[in-house]
Amino acid sequence: MSPRAACRLATRGYDVYDYAPGKVDWMAHGLPVEGTQARRTTALTLMREDVATCGLEETPAEVARRIDGARYGFALALSPGRVVLGRVRRSRLTNGAASLDTVIEPGPSTIRPHTPVEDLAARLARGKAQTLIVTDPEGKLLGVVRRADVEGSQRGTRRG
Amino acid sequence: MARAVDLRGLRDLLDHGAQLVEVLPREEYEELRLPGALHLPLKELGAERADAVLDRSRAVAVYCWDGL
Repeated sequence: MSPRAACRLATRGYDVYDYAPGKVDWMAHGLPVEGTQARRTTALTLMREDVATCGLEETPAEVARRIDGARYGFALALSPGRVVLGRVRRSRLTNGAASLDTVIEPGPSTIRPHTPVEDLAARLARGKAQTLIVTDPEGKLLGVVRRADVEGSQRGTRRG
Repeated sequence: MARAVDLRGLRDLLDHGAQLVEVLPREEYEELRLPGALHLPLKELGAERADAVLDRSRAVAVYCWDGL
């Protein structure tokens, strides 16, 4: 729709740019919106940024220590540009793990920050996951959403 | 001719005073819109309506729901 509008305006002499990725792209980057639905609860509302992260060059022992000091039982392996490469579970980081490459779970499922809480609940109901990973459309980590927070939101509370 | 722009380009345009225009129907505009966006639905995008809403001296960035 926006390409047609852009063409119409351009033919009338306006200096026109078409942001074709549109509203979805804007919201998927976690940027603010206005309107009657702007205050709805989404992944961005519930998202936390306290997840442990690591680089693939780190040793299993380093990552294990970081996870032990964090809230969740895993770390997210990131590229230098913060793209999510995989998940490293603490339970896999035994003394025998030679490198992260051998224990990483590549390509974990991710969600976008504008996903409504109802969709988060439906997604969690289909599995046993305790957390959902939130990224922007380029795959860069934004944070995580906890099952407890989704369930709390639907009950009208959010746990600290 | 209109030029395509990505998010980074859009933000740069807005930083330099471009007008932002949503072309979706009113209901969708009222529910969710980018901050400060004007409303010019495609079906009402005649010359008079555009000239009444837009400033010809500034760039115009249009958007809808997504690229599909």
